[in-house]
Amino acid sequence: MTDDGIATIWVYLSTTPLLGLTITLVAYGIAYRAYLWSGSNPLLHPVVSAVTLLILFLVGTDTPYEAYFAGGQFVHFLLGPATVALAIPLYQQLPKIRRLWLPVLITLVSGVTIGALSSVALARLFGATLQTQMSLAPKSVTAPVAMGISEQIGGLPSLTAVMVVATGILGAVLGTRLFTLLRIRDDSIKGIAMGITAHGIGTARAFQVSPEMGAFSGLAMALSTFTTALILPWLLQWLGWLG
Amino acid sequence: MQFLNGITLLLIFQLIGEFGARLLDIPVPGPVVGMLLLFLTLIARRSVAPSLETASGALLGHLSLLFVPAGVGMMIHFERIAGEWLPIAVALLGSTVITMLASALIMAGTSRLFAPGDRQDD
Repeated sequence: MTDDGIATIWVYLSTTPLLGLTITLVAYGIAYRAYLWSGSNPLLHPVVSAVTLLILFLVGTDTPYEAYFAGGQFVHFLLGPATVALAIPLYQQLPKIRRLWLPVLITLVSGVTIGALSSVALARLFGATLQTQMSLAPKSVTAPVAMGISEQIGGLPSLTAVMVVATGILGAVLGTRLFTLLRIRDDSIKGIAMGITAHGIGTARAFQVSPEMGAFSGLAMALSTFTTALILPWLLQWLGWLG
Repeated sequence: MQFLNGITLLLIFQLIGEFGARLLDIPVPGPVVGMLLLFLTLIARRSVAPSLETASGALLGHLSLLFVPAGVGMMIHFERIAGEWLPIAVALLGSTVITMLASALIMAGTSRLFAPGDRQDD
């Protein structure tokens, strides 16, 4: 086969969703094996290495993100049903949730407020543009919601998606270390803090620790999504931080 | 068939959630509304169908994978991130640590205060 022939096939393939979908799964497969092989080293978190591999590949082959996302969207789409599926582990922890509803509620409202305000305040303090500040504000809630809030308050939804993923990874990597430092052993407490801070990526990490921590993280993630969507735009406006 | 039935149910709940959120004009995404509706349904039925358990196990088992395409979106923001790397890094790291610590401490304090019988020390 001539180089020309291969180039023609490549031009065809790079415009079909098949390529984007396949490389996403292959990159994740490699990243996940590397993570297991390293003995779950947090620096090799599968999302980090999969994203790195994919960006290197796309930049190397001069493929635009939009062409990649034509296939990547099938994986991205599953975030919806996965969010609905969180109802199941949640239901399985129902008796414990019933006993803890008041502490959960108090932690939720204060945690969401502290999370959003600390990110905007730090970004302002270190000279980020207003658009970047607003893109950072909803970083602790799950990507589709955060993108909606970002748009509403004047951020860039696609930049927010990146900040959400970065926050999730940081939370998943740092969370268990911080809990050891604070000597917190109760899985319900760890799960709530993880879900408020690090949404789905933190919840994925929490499920590796225990089903109880996962369920509480899923609960906190779901409730903080509601809380953030309801109070964040209002809070930023009230503080006069919307610009 | 179990997986297929389960994923169909999840999508139906997502669809109802999407529809409800738009109909009532609430600023919350459809899947989150769908999750709450499914949660209430499970409470009313007092059991989880095996098909739902299969589908949710498959989806939640590799939840991280689902965030990869959004993460790759970083490539279209290289310039902004390079230009504002310091405030972005400080905000991400600082706020993540602050939120994690504050939430854990508030949760530990309030559960001791309001649900004292619940502590399971090991």
